[in-house]
Amino acid sequence: MAATQDSPILAFDAVSVRFDDQTALDGVSFTIRRGESLVLLGEAGCGKTVLLKTALGLIRPDAGRVFLFGEDVTAASEQQWYGLRARIGVLFQEGGLFDSLSIEENVSYPLLNQPSLRCPGGEMAERVERSLEFVELGHTLEKYPSELSGGMRRRVGIARAIVTEPELLLYDSPTAGLDPITATTIMALIIKGRDVRRATTVIVTHRYQDGEMLTRYRHDPGLGRLTPASANGAGPKTHYLVLRAGRVVFDGSQAALEASADPYVANFVRRSG
Amino acid sequence: MLDLIKGPILTFQEFVLLAGRAVRGVFRKPAYWTDVFTQMDLIGIGSLPVVILTGFFSGAIMSLQMSRALQTYGATSQVGQIVAITLVREMGPVLTALMVAGRNSSGIASELGSMKVTEQIDAMRALGTDPVMKLVKPRLIATATMLPLLTIIADFVGIFGGWVVACPLLGLTSDAQYWNNSWRSLEYNDIGQGLLKPFVFALVISLVGCHYGMRTTGGTQGVGRATTQAVVVASVWIVVLTFLIGRIFVSM
Repeated sequence: MAATQDSPILAFDAVSVRFDDQTALDGVSFTIRRGESLVLLGEAGCGKTVLLKTALGLIRPDAGRVFLFGEDVTAASEQQWYGLRARIGVLFQEGGLFDSLSIEENVSYPLLNQPSLRCPGGEMAERVERSLEFVELGHTLEKYPSELSGGMRRRVGIARAIVTEPELLLYDSPTAGLDPITATTIMALIIKGRDVRRATTVIVTHRYQDGEMLTRYRHDPGLGRLTPASANGAGPKTHYLVLRAGRVVFDGSQAALEASADPYVANFVRRSG
Repeated sequence: MLDLIKGPILTFQEFVLLAGRAVRGVFRKPAYWTDVFTQMDLIGIGSLPVVILTGFFSGAIMSLQMSRALQTYGATSQVGQIVAITLVREMGPVLTALMVAGRNSSGIASELGSMKVTEQIDAMRALGTDPVMKLVKPRLIATATMLPLLTIIADFVGIFGGWVVACPLLGLTSDAQYWNNSWRSLEYNDIGQGLLKPFVFALVISLVGCHYGMRTTGGTQGVGRATTQAVVVASVWIVVLTFLIGRIFVSM
Protein backbone atom coordinates (compact mmCIF):
# COMPACT_ATOMS: atom_id res chain seq x y z
CA MET A 1 0.00 0.00 0.00
CA ALA A 2 1.56 3.31 -1.06
CA ALA A 3 1.57 6.11 1.48
CA THR A 4 -0.53 9.14 0.55
CA GLN A 5 0.52 12.72 1.29
CA ASP A 6 -1.14 12.67 4.72
CA SER A 7 -0.59 9.06 5.70
CA PRO A 8 1.95 8.42 8.45
CA ILE A 9 5.49 7.75 7.29
CA LEU A 10 6.34 6.20 10.64
CA ALA A 11 4.03 5.18 13.47
CA PHE A 12 4.53 3.24 16.69
CA ASP A 13 1.52 1.66 18.37
CA ALA A 14 2.19 0.67 22.01
CA VAL A 15 5.68 -0.62 21.15
CA SER A 16 7.64 -2.32 23.94
CA VAL A 17 11.22 -3.61 23.76
CA ARG A 18 12.89 -5.62 26.51
CA PHE A 19 16.47 -6.82 26.93
CA ASP A 20 16.54 -9.75 29.37
CA ASP A 21 14.80 -8.29 32.41
CA GLN A 22 15.31 -4.64 31.40
CA THR A 23 12.58 -2.64 29.69
CA ALA A 24 14.03 -0.30 27.04
CA LEU A 25 10.73 0.89 25.53
CA ASP A 26 7.44 0.65 27.36
CA GLY A 27 4.24 1.09 25.33
CA VAL A 28 5.60 3.86 23.07
CA SER A 29 3.10 5.34 20.61
CA PHE A 30 3.57 8.22 18.17
CA THR A 31 2.92 9.15 14.57
CA ILE A 32 4.97 11.16 12.11
CA ARG A 33 3.51 12.26 8.78
CA ARG A 34 5.21 12.95 5.47
CA GLY A 35 7.30 16.13 5.54
CA GLU A 36 7.11 16.51 9.32
CA SER A 37 10.05 16.60 11.71
CA LEU A 38 10.17 14.78 15.01
CA VAL A 39 12.58 15.73 17.78
CA LEU A 40 13.15 12.94 20.25
CA LEU A 41 14.42 14.25 23.57
CA GLY A 42 15.44 12.42 26.71
CA GLU A 43 18.26 11.75 29.13
CA ALA A 44 20.99 9.18 28.39
CA GLY A 45 19.76 5.58 28.52
CA CYS A 46 16.05 6.44 28.25
CA GLY A 47 15.58 4.42 25.05
CA LYS A 48 16.05 7.02 22.30
CA THR A 49 18.52 4.96 20.26
CA VAL A 50 16.50 1.77 20.83
CA LEU A 51 13.46 3.56 19.41
CA LEU A 52 15.41 4.60 16.32
CA LYS A 53 16.82 1.11 15.81
CA THR A 54 13.32 -0.35 16.21
CA ALA A 55 12.10 2.04 13.49
CA LEU A 56 14.93 0.71 11.28
CA GLY A 57 14.10 -2.93 11.99
CA LEU A 58 17.49 -3.52 13.66
CA ILE A 59 15.67 -4.38 16.91
CA ARG A 60 12.43 -6.35 16.96
CA PRO A 61 9.67 -5.13 19.30
CA ASP A 62 8.46 -7.54 21.98
CA ALA A 63 4.97 -6.02 21.89
CA GLY A 64 3.05 -3.45 19.87
CA ARG A 65 3.12 -2.63 16.16
CA VAL A 66 5.40 -0.56 13.91
CA PHE A 67 4.08 1.07 10.73
CA LEU A 68 6.48 2.31 8.07
CA PHE A 69 5.46 4.01 4.81
CA GLY A 70 1.87 3.06 5.58
CA GLU A 71 2.55 -0.66 6.06
CA ASP A 72 2.60 -2.80 9.17
CA VAL A 73 6.22 -3.95 9.33
CA THR A 74 6.16 -5.51 12.81
CA ALA A 75 6.59 -9.02 11.46
CA ALA A 76 8.61 -8.14 8.33
CA SER A 77 11.43 -10.54 7.48
CA GLU A 78 15.07 -9.36 7.29
CA GLN A 79 14.84 -9.58 3.49
CA GLN A 80 11.76 -7.32 3.47
CA TRP A 81 13.57 -4.93 5.79
CA TYR A 82 16.47 -4.61 3.33
CA GLY A 83 13.97 -3.26 0.79
CA LEU A 84 12.42 -0.87 3.31
CA ARG A 85 15.79 0.39 4.55
CA ALA A 86 16.65 1.48 1.00
CA ARG A 87 14.06 4.23 1.54
CA ILE A 88 15.54 5.37 4.87
CA GLY A 89 18.71 7.37 5.49
CA VAL A 90 20.38 7.01 8.87
CA LEU A 91 23.17 8.67 10.80
CA PHE A 92 24.33 6.55 13.72
CA GLN A 93 25.38 7.94 17.10
CA GLU A 94 28.89 6.53 16.68
CA GLY A 95 28.97 7.53 13.02
CA GLY A 96 28.95 3.94 11.81
CA LEU A 97 31.53 4.74 9.10
CA PHE A 98 33.54 1.75 7.90
CA ASP A 99 37.17 2.25 9.02
CA SER A 100 38.59 0.08 6.25
CA LEU A 101 36.86 1.99 3.45
CA SER A 102 37.69 5.42 2.02
CA ILE A 103 35.19 8.28 2.34
CA GLU A 104 34.13 7.77 -1.28
CA GLU A 105 33.58 4.03 -0.67
CA ASN A 106 31.70 4.76 2.55
CA VAL A 107 29.30 7.17 0.87
CA SER A 108 28.78 4.92 -2.17
CA TYR A 109 28.21 1.85 0.06
CA PRO A 110 24.37 1.99 0.07
CA LEU A 111 24.29 2.60 -3.70
CA LEU A 112 26.45 -0.47 -4.28
CA ASN A 113 24.76 -2.79 -1.81
CA GLN A 114 21.06 -1.93 -2.06
CA PRO A 115 19.78 -3.83 -5.13
CA SER A 116 16.96 -1.30 -5.64
CA LEU A 117 19.43 1.63 -5.63
CA ARG A 118 22.12 0.30 -7.96
CA CYS A 119 23.06 2.73 -10.70
CA PRO A 120 25.76 2.98 -13.41
CA GLY A 121 29.30 3.78 -12.19
CA GLY A 122 29.34 7.30 -13.66
CA GLU A 123 26.02 8.25 -12.11
CA MET A 124 27.09 6.77 -8.78
CA ALA A 125 30.32 8.77 -8.70
CA GLU A 126 28.35 11.90 -9.51
CA ARG A 127 25.83 11.24 -6.72
CA VAL A 128 28.59 10.54 -4.19
CA GLU A 129 30.40 13.73 -5.15
CA ARG A 130 27.17 15.76 -5.01
CA SER A 131 26.35 14.32 -1.60
CA LEU A 132 29.81 15.15 -0.24
CA GLU A 133 29.62 18.65 -1.74
CA PHE A 134 26.31 19.06 0.09
CA VAL A 135 28.12 18.62 3.42
CA GLU A 136 31.06 20.68 2.11
CA LEU A 137 33.49 17.76 2.12
CA GLY A 138 33.99 17.30 -1.61
CA HIS A 139 37.78 17.27 -1.15
CA THR A 140 37.85 14.21 1.16
CA LEU A 141 36.97 11.47 -1.37
CA GLU A 142 40.29 9.62 -1.05
CA LYS A 143 40.70 10.03 2.71
CA TYR A 144 39.84 7.46 5.39
CA PRO A 145 37.52 8.08 8.39
CA SER A 146 40.47 8.00 10.81
CA GLU A 147 42.01 10.98 9.01
CA LEU A 148 38.97 13.19 9.67
CA SER A 149 37.87 15.09 12.77
CA GLY A 150 34.77 14.06 14.76
CA GLY A 151 32.64 16.78 13.14
CA MET A 152 33.82 15.88 9.65
CA ARG A 153 33.05 12.19 10.26
CA ARG A 154 29.54 13.18 11.34
CA ARG A 155 29.19 15.20 8.12
CA VAL A 156 30.33 12.21 6.05
CA GLY A 157 27.66 10.21 7.93
CA ILE A 158 25.08 12.75 6.81
CA ALA A 159 26.37 12.56 3.22
CA ARG A 160 25.99 8.76 3.32
CA ALA A 161 22.47 9.10 4.78
CA ILE A 162 21.27 11.46 2.04
CA VAL A 163 23.09 9.93 -0.96
CA THR A 164 20.15 7.60 -1.61
CA GLU A 165 17.69 10.53 -1.48
CA PRO A 166 15.57 8.77 1.13
CA GLU A 167 12.00 9.58 2.12
CA LEU A 168 12.79 9.29 5.82
CA LEU A 169 15.95 10.50 7.55
CA LEU A 170 16.91 9.29 11.02
CA TYR A 171 19.65 11.11 12.94
CA ASP A 172 20.89 9.60 16.18
CA SER A 173 22.51 12.27 18.40
CA PRO A 174 24.13 14.13 15.48
CA THR A 175 25.62 16.82 17.74
CA ALA A 176 26.71 14.65 20.69
CA GLY A 177 30.27 15.32 21.80
CA LEU A 178 30.82 18.20 19.36
CA ASP A 179 31.79 21.78 20.14
CA PRO A 180 28.95 24.36 19.79
CA ILE A 181 30.20 25.75 16.46
CA THR A 182 30.49 22.30 14.83
CA ALA A 183 27.13 21.29 16.38
CA THR A 184 25.48 24.33 14.77
CA THR A 185 27.09 23.46 11.42
CA ILE A 186 25.73 19.91 11.66
CA MET A 187 22.24 21.16 12.56
CA ALA A 188 22.36 23.64 9.64
CA LEU A 189 23.13 20.71 7.31
CA ILE A 190 20.27 18.66 8.75
CA ILE A 191 17.87 21.60 8.22
CA LYS A 192 19.24 22.04 4.69
CA GLY A 193 18.69 18.32 4.04
CA ARG A 194 15.16 18.55 5.36
CA ASP A 195 14.18 21.66 3.35
CA VAL A 196 16.01 20.97 0.08
CA ARG A 197 14.89 17.35 -0.18
CA ARG A 198 11.59 17.73 1.71
CA ALA A 199 12.45 14.58 3.66
CA THR A 200 10.66 13.50 6.79
CA THR A 201 13.19 13.88 9.58
CA VAL A 202 13.55 12.21 12.98
CA ILE A 203 16.30 13.56 15.19
CA VAL A 204 17.33 12.01 18.47
CA THR A 205 19.11 14.37 20.82
CA HIS A 206 19.60 15.32 24.43
CA ARG A 207 20.10 19.00 23.50
CA TYR A 208 16.99 21.14 23.42
CA GLN A 209 18.82 23.69 21.19
CA ASP A 210 18.91 21.15 18.32
CA GLY A 211 15.12 20.90 18.30
CA GLU A 212 14.77 24.63 18.70
CA MET A 213 16.93 25.23 15.60
CA LEU A 214 14.92 22.68 13.64
CA THR A 215 11.68 24.50 14.56
CA ARG A 216 12.82 28.10 14.24
CA TYR A 217 14.98 28.02 11.14
CA ARG A 218 14.63 27.02 7.55
CA HIS A 219 17.10 26.81 4.68
CA ASP A 220 16.81 29.59 2.13
CA PRO A 221 18.03 28.17 -1.20
CA GLY A 222 18.34 31.70 -2.64
CA LEU A 223 20.62 32.95 0.10
CA GLY A 224 22.24 29.56 0.63
CA ARG A 225 21.97 29.84 4.43
CA LEU A 226 19.52 29.51 7.32
CA THR A 227 16.91 32.16 7.88
CA PRO A 228 14.33 32.38 10.70
CA ALA A 229 11.13 30.48 9.86
CA SER A 230 8.05 32.65 9.28
CA ALA A 231 6.03 33.39 12.38
CA ASN A 232 2.76 32.21 10.80
CA GLY A 233 3.87 28.61 11.14
CA ALA A 234 4.50 28.01 7.44
CA GLY A 235 7.19 25.49 6.61
CA PRO A 236 7.79 22.01 7.94
CA LYS A 237 5.88 21.04 11.08
CA THR A 238 8.06 19.96 13.99
CA HIS A 239 6.86 18.11 17.00
CA TYR A 240 8.56 16.81 20.10
CA LEU A 241 8.56 13.51 21.91
CA VAL A 242 10.15 13.29 25.36
CA LEU A 243 11.15 9.88 26.69
CA ARG A 244 11.80 8.92 30.28
CA ALA A 245 12.86 5.38 31.21
CA GLY A 246 11.37 4.02 27.97
CA ARG A 247 8.02 5.79 28.34
CA VAL A 248 6.67 8.78 26.40
CA VAL A 249 6.12 11.58 28.92
CA PHE A 250 5.44 14.31 26.35
CA ASP A 251 4.21 14.44 22.76
CA GLY A 252 3.42 17.86 21.28
CA SER A 253 4.64 21.13 19.80
CA GLN A 254 7.50 23.32 20.97
CA ALA A 255 5.09 25.82 22.53
CA ALA A 256 3.43 23.03 24.51
CA LEU A 257 6.85 21.68 25.50
CA GLU A 258 7.97 25.05 26.84
CA ALA A 259 4.70 25.40 28.74
CA SER A 260 4.80 21.89 30.19
CA ALA A 261 4.26 21.65 33.96
CA ASP A 262 5.93 18.23 34.13
CA PRO A 263 9.09 18.84 36.22
CA TYR A 264 11.14 16.33 34.15
CA VAL A 265 10.19 18.00 30.84
CA ALA A 266 10.45 21.53 32.25
CA ASN A 267 13.83 20.80 33.78
CA PHE A 268 14.99 19.38 30.48
CA VAL A 269 14.01 22.51 28.57
CA ARG A 270 15.42 24.88 31.22
CA ARG A 271 18.67 22.97 31.64
CA SER A 272 19.35 22.78 27.92
CA GLY A 273 18.07 26.19 26.98
CA MET B 1 21.26 -24.44 39.11
CA LEU B 2 19.04 -23.81 36.08
CA ASP B 3 20.13 -20.16 35.98
CA LEU B 4 23.77 -21.24 36.06
CA ILE B 5 23.53 -23.35 32.91
CA LYS B 6 21.07 -21.05 31.14
CA GLY B 7 23.83 -18.62 30.07
CA PRO B 8 26.19 -21.16 28.47
CA ILE B 9 23.28 -22.97 26.77
CA LEU B 10 22.02 -19.67 25.33
CA THR B 11 25.52 -18.80 24.11
CA PHE B 12 25.87 -22.23 22.49
CA GLN B 13 22.45 -21.85 20.85
CA GLU B 14 23.50 -18.46 19.40
CA PHE B 15 26.75 -20.04 18.16
CA VAL B 16 24.91 -22.90 16.45
CA LEU B 17 22.47 -20.47 14.80
CA LEU B 18 25.34 -18.30 13.53
CA ALA B 19 27.23 -21.38 12.32
CA GLY B 20 24.11 -22.63 10.51
CA ARG B 21 23.53 -19.27 8.79
CA ALA B 22 27.21 -18.99 7.82
CA VAL B 23 27.44 -22.53 6.41
CA ARG B 24 24.16 -22.04 4.51
CA GLY B 25 25.53 -18.71 3.27
CA VAL B 26 28.55 -20.43 1.69
CA PHE B 27 26.22 -21.84 -0.99
CA ARG B 28 24.34 -18.58 -1.54
CA LYS B 29 24.97 -15.24 -3.24
CA PRO B 30 26.47 -12.68 -2.92
CA ALA B 31 29.92 -14.26 -2.80
CA TYR B 32 32.15 -11.30 -1.73
CA TRP B 33 35.23 -12.89 -3.33
CA THR B 34 37.40 -9.81 -2.69
CA ASP B 35 36.78 -10.20 1.04
CA VAL B 36 37.50 -13.94 0.82
CA PHE B 37 40.90 -13.33 -0.85
CA THR B 38 41.76 -10.53 1.59
CA GLN B 39 41.04 -12.86 4.51
CA MET B 40 43.01 -15.70 2.84
CA ASP B 41 45.99 -13.36 2.67
CA LEU B 42 45.57 -12.23 6.28
CA ILE B 43 44.96 -15.68 7.72
CA GLY B 44 47.06 -17.84 5.40
CA ILE B 45 50.06 -15.77 4.32
CA GLY B 46 49.99 -13.78 7.56
CA SER B 47 50.23 -16.93 9.71
CA LEU B 48 52.97 -18.53 7.59
CA PRO B 49 56.03 -17.32 9.60
CA VAL B 50 54.64 -18.40 12.98
CA VAL B 51 53.44 -21.75 11.57
CA ILE B 52 56.81 -22.49 9.96
CA LEU B 53 58.68 -21.67 13.18
CA THR B 54 56.33 -23.75 15.32
CA GLY B 55 56.39 -26.66 12.87
CA PHE B 56 60.18 -26.67 12.59
CA PHE B 57 60.82 -26.60 16.32
CA SER B 58 58.11 -29.12 17.20
CA GLY B 59 59.78 -31.62 14.82
CA ALA B 60 63.24 -30.74 16.13
CA ILE B 61 62.14 -31.11 19.79
CA MET B 62 60.50 -34.43 19.07
CA SER B 63 63.71 -35.78 17.51
CA LEU B 64 65.72 -34.49 20.43
CA GLN B 65 63.46 -36.01 23.09
CA MET B 66 63.08 -39.30 21.26
CA SER B 67 66.84 -39.71 20.75
CA ARG B 68 67.48 -40.85 24.32
CA ALA B 69 64.45 -43.16 24.53
CA LEU B 70 65.26 -44.77 21.18
CA GLN B 71 68.93 -45.19 22.09
CA THR B 72 67.80 -47.25 25.14
CA TYR B 73 66.15 -49.75 22.80
CA GLY B 74 68.74 -49.39 20.04
CA ALA B 75 66.04 -48.18 17.67
CA THR B 76 67.39 -44.78 16.68
CA SER B 77 66.72 -45.59 13.02
CA GLN B 78 62.99 -45.31 13.77
CA VAL B 79 63.18 -41.60 14.63
CA GLY B 80 61.84 -40.51 11.21
CA GLN B 81 58.82 -42.78 11.60
CA ILE B 82 57.94 -41.39 15.06
CA VAL B 83 58.38 -37.75 14.03
CA ALA B 84 56.30 -38.18 10.86
CA ILE B 85 53.40 -40.05 12.48
CA THR B 86 53.18 -37.76 15.51
CA LEU B 87 53.39 -34.62 13.42
CA VAL B 88 50.97 -35.62 10.69
CA ARG B 89 48.40 -37.16 13.01
CA GLU B 90 48.48 -34.83 15.97
CA MET B 91 51.14 -32.20 16.54
CA GLY B 92 50.95 -30.54 13.10
CA PRO B 93 47.18 -29.99 13.04
CA VAL B 94 46.89 -29.08 16.74
CA LEU B 95 49.87 -26.75 17.02
CA THR B 96 49.04 -25.01 13.73
CA ALA B 97 45.41 -24.61 14.80
CA LEU B 98 46.44 -23.26 18.22
CA MET B 99 48.78 -20.74 16.59
CA VAL B 100 46.14 -19.65 14.10
CA ALA B 101 43.53 -19.52 16.88
CA GLY B 102 45.79 -17.27 18.94
CA ARG B 103 46.45 -15.07 15.96
CA ASN B 104 43.16 -15.10 14.04
CA SER B 105 40.34 -15.98 16.45
CA SER B 106 41.50 -13.01 18.50
CA GLY B 107 41.96 -10.86 15.39
CA ILE B 108 38.50 -11.70 14.06
CA ALA B 109 36.86 -11.17 17.47
CA SER B 110 38.55 -7.82 18.03
CA GLU B 111 37.87 -6.57 14.49
CA LEU B 112 34.20 -7.56 14.53
CA GLY B 113 33.87 -6.47 18.18
CA SER B 114 35.19 -3.00 17.33
CA MET B 115 32.79 -2.85 14.40
CA LYS B 116 29.93 -3.85 16.71
CA VAL B 117 30.63 -1.23 19.39
CA THR B 118 31.10 1.54 16.81
CA GLU B 119 27.76 0.58 15.19
CA GLN B 120 29.41 -0.46 11.91
CA ILE B 121 27.55 -3.78 11.96
CA ASP B 122 24.23 -1.97 12.49
CA ALA B 123 25.22 0.43 9.69
CA MET B 124 25.95 -2.55 7.45
CA ARG B 125 22.44 -3.94 8.03
CA ALA B 126 20.91 -0.50 7.60
CA LEU B 127 22.73 -0.02 4.28
CA GLY B 128 21.58 -3.30 2.77
CA THR B 129 24.25 -5.88 3.68
CA ASP B 130 23.82 -9.05 5.70
CA PRO B 131 26.77 -9.05 8.18
CA VAL B 132 26.84 -12.87 8.20
CA MET B 133 27.38 -12.93 4.42
CA LYS B 134 29.78 -9.99 4.33
CA LEU B 135 31.84 -10.65 7.47
CA VAL B 136 31.41 -14.25 8.67
CA LYS B 137 31.25 -16.15 5.37
CA PRO B 138 34.54 -14.82 3.90
CA ARG B 139 36.38 -15.57 7.15
CA LEU B 140 34.90 -19.07 7.28
CA ILE B 141 35.84 -19.88 3.67
CA ALA B 142 39.31 -18.34 4.05
CA THR B 143 40.15 -20.22 7.27
CA ALA B 144 38.72 -23.53 6.00
CA THR B 145 40.92 -23.23 2.87
CA MET B 146 44.11 -21.92 4.45
CA LEU B 147 44.37 -23.95 7.67
CA PRO B 148 44.70 -27.38 5.95
CA LEU B 149 47.36 -25.85 3.65
CA LEU B 150 49.20 -24.33 6.61
CA THR B 151 49.07 -27.70 8.36
CA ILE B 152 50.62 -29.46 5.36
CA ILE B 153 53.43 -26.89 5.40
CA ALA B 154 53.88 -27.27 9.18
CA ASP B 155 54.01 -31.07 8.84
CA PHE B 156 56.67 -30.93 6.15
CA VAL B 157 58.77 -28.29 7.93
CA GLY B 158 58.41 -30.29 11.18
CA ILE B 159 59.71 -33.47 9.54
CA PHE B 160 62.57 -31.39 8.14
CA GLY B 161 63.24 -30.00 11.66
CA GLY B 162 63.32 -33.56 12.96
CA TRP B 163 65.86 -34.47 10.27
CA VAL B 164 68.10 -31.51 11.19
CA VAL B 165 68.36 -32.79 14.78
CA ALA B 166 68.36 -36.52 13.98
CA CYS B 167 70.93 -36.56 11.17
CA PRO B 168 73.30 -33.58 10.92
CA LEU B 169 73.17 -32.74 14.66
CA LEU B 170 72.99 -36.06 16.55
CA GLY B 171 73.74 -38.54 13.79
CA LEU B 172 71.02 -40.93 14.98
CA THR B 173 70.41 -42.36 11.54
CA SER B 174 71.31 -41.87 7.87
CA ASP B 175 69.54 -39.28 5.72
CA ALA B 176 68.08 -41.88 3.40
CA GLN B 177 66.80 -44.01 6.26
CA TYR B 178 65.19 -40.99 7.98
CA TRP B 179 63.31 -39.82 4.89
CA ASN B 180 62.44 -43.36 3.80
CA ASN B 181 61.04 -44.24 7.23
CA SER B 182 59.12 -40.98 7.45
CA TRP B 183 57.50 -41.49 4.08
CA ARG B 184 56.73 -45.21 4.38
CA SER B 185 55.30 -44.99 7.89
CA LEU B 186 52.43 -42.73 6.83
CA GLU B 187 49.15 -44.43 5.92
CA TYR B 188 46.00 -43.03 4.38
CA ASN B 189 44.39 -43.10 7.83
CA ASP B 190 47.09 -40.71 9.12
CA ILE B 191 46.78 -38.37 6.17
CA GLY B 192 42.97 -38.51 6.48
CA GLN B 193 42.85 -37.41 10.09
CA GLY B 194 45.75 -35.02 9.50
CA LEU B 195 43.63 -33.17 6.94
CA LEU B 196 40.20 -33.59 8.50
CA LYS B 197 41.34 -32.08 11.79
CA PRO B 198 42.52 -28.72 10.40
CA PHE B 199 39.30 -28.42 8.40
CA VAL B 200 37.18 -28.92 11.56
CA PHE B 201 39.50 -26.63 13.57
CA ALA B 202 39.13 -23.96 10.87
CA LEU B 203 35.35 -23.96 11.36
CA VAL B 204 35.89 -23.59 15.11
CA ILE B 205 38.51 -20.82 14.84
CA SER B 206 36.57 -18.66 12.39
CA LEU B 207 33.09 -19.18 13.82
CA VAL B 208 34.13 -18.77 17.47
CA GLY B 209 35.99 -15.55 16.57
CA CYS B 210 32.99 -14.21 14.62
CA HIS B 211 30.51 -15.29 17.30
CA TYR B 212 32.29 -13.51 20.15
CA GLY B 213 33.02 -10.48 17.96
CA MET B 214 29.43 -10.04 16.85
CA ARG B 215 27.96 -10.30 20.35
CA THR B 216 30.38 -7.76 21.85
CA THR B 217 28.85 -5.23 24.20
CA GLY B 218 30.33 -2.70 26.60
CA GLY B 219 32.69 -0.55 24.53
CA THR B 220 36.43 -1.11 24.28
CA GLN B 221 36.46 -3.16 27.48
CA GLY B 222 33.95 -5.47 25.84
CA VAL B 223 36.22 -5.85 22.79
CA GLY B 224 39.07 -7.01 25.05
CA ARG B 225 36.76 -9.47 26.80
CA ALA B 226 35.46 -10.85 23.49
CA THR B 227 39.02 -11.30 22.19
CA THR B 228 40.12 -13.26 25.28
CA GLN B 229 36.98 -15.40 25.28
CA ALA B 230 37.40 -16.21 21.57
CA VAL B 231 41.00 -17.45 22.01
CA VAL B 232 40.23 -19.46 25.16
CA VAL B 233 37.08 -21.09 23.78
CA ALA B 234 38.64 -21.84 20.36
CA SER B 235 41.76 -23.37 21.99
CA VAL B 236 39.73 -25.55 24.37
CA TRP B 237 37.52 -26.76 21.50
CA ILE B 238 40.60 -27.62 19.43
CA VAL B 239 41.99 -29.80 22.22
CA VAL B 240 38.64 -31.49 22.87
CA LEU B 241 37.93 -32.07 19.18
CA THR B 242 41.37 -33.50 18.44
CA PHE B 243 40.69 -36.14 21.09
CA LEU B 244 37.25 -36.94 19.67
CA ILE B 245 38.47 -37.13 16.06
CA GLY B 246 41.52 -39.14 17.18
CA ARG B 247 39.22 -41.54 19.03
CA ILE B 248 37.15 -42.12 15.89
CA PHE B 249 40.21 -42.76 13.69
CA VAL B 250 41.92 -44.99 16.24
CA SER B 251 38.92 -47.33 16.29
CA MET B 252 38.72 -47.40 12.47
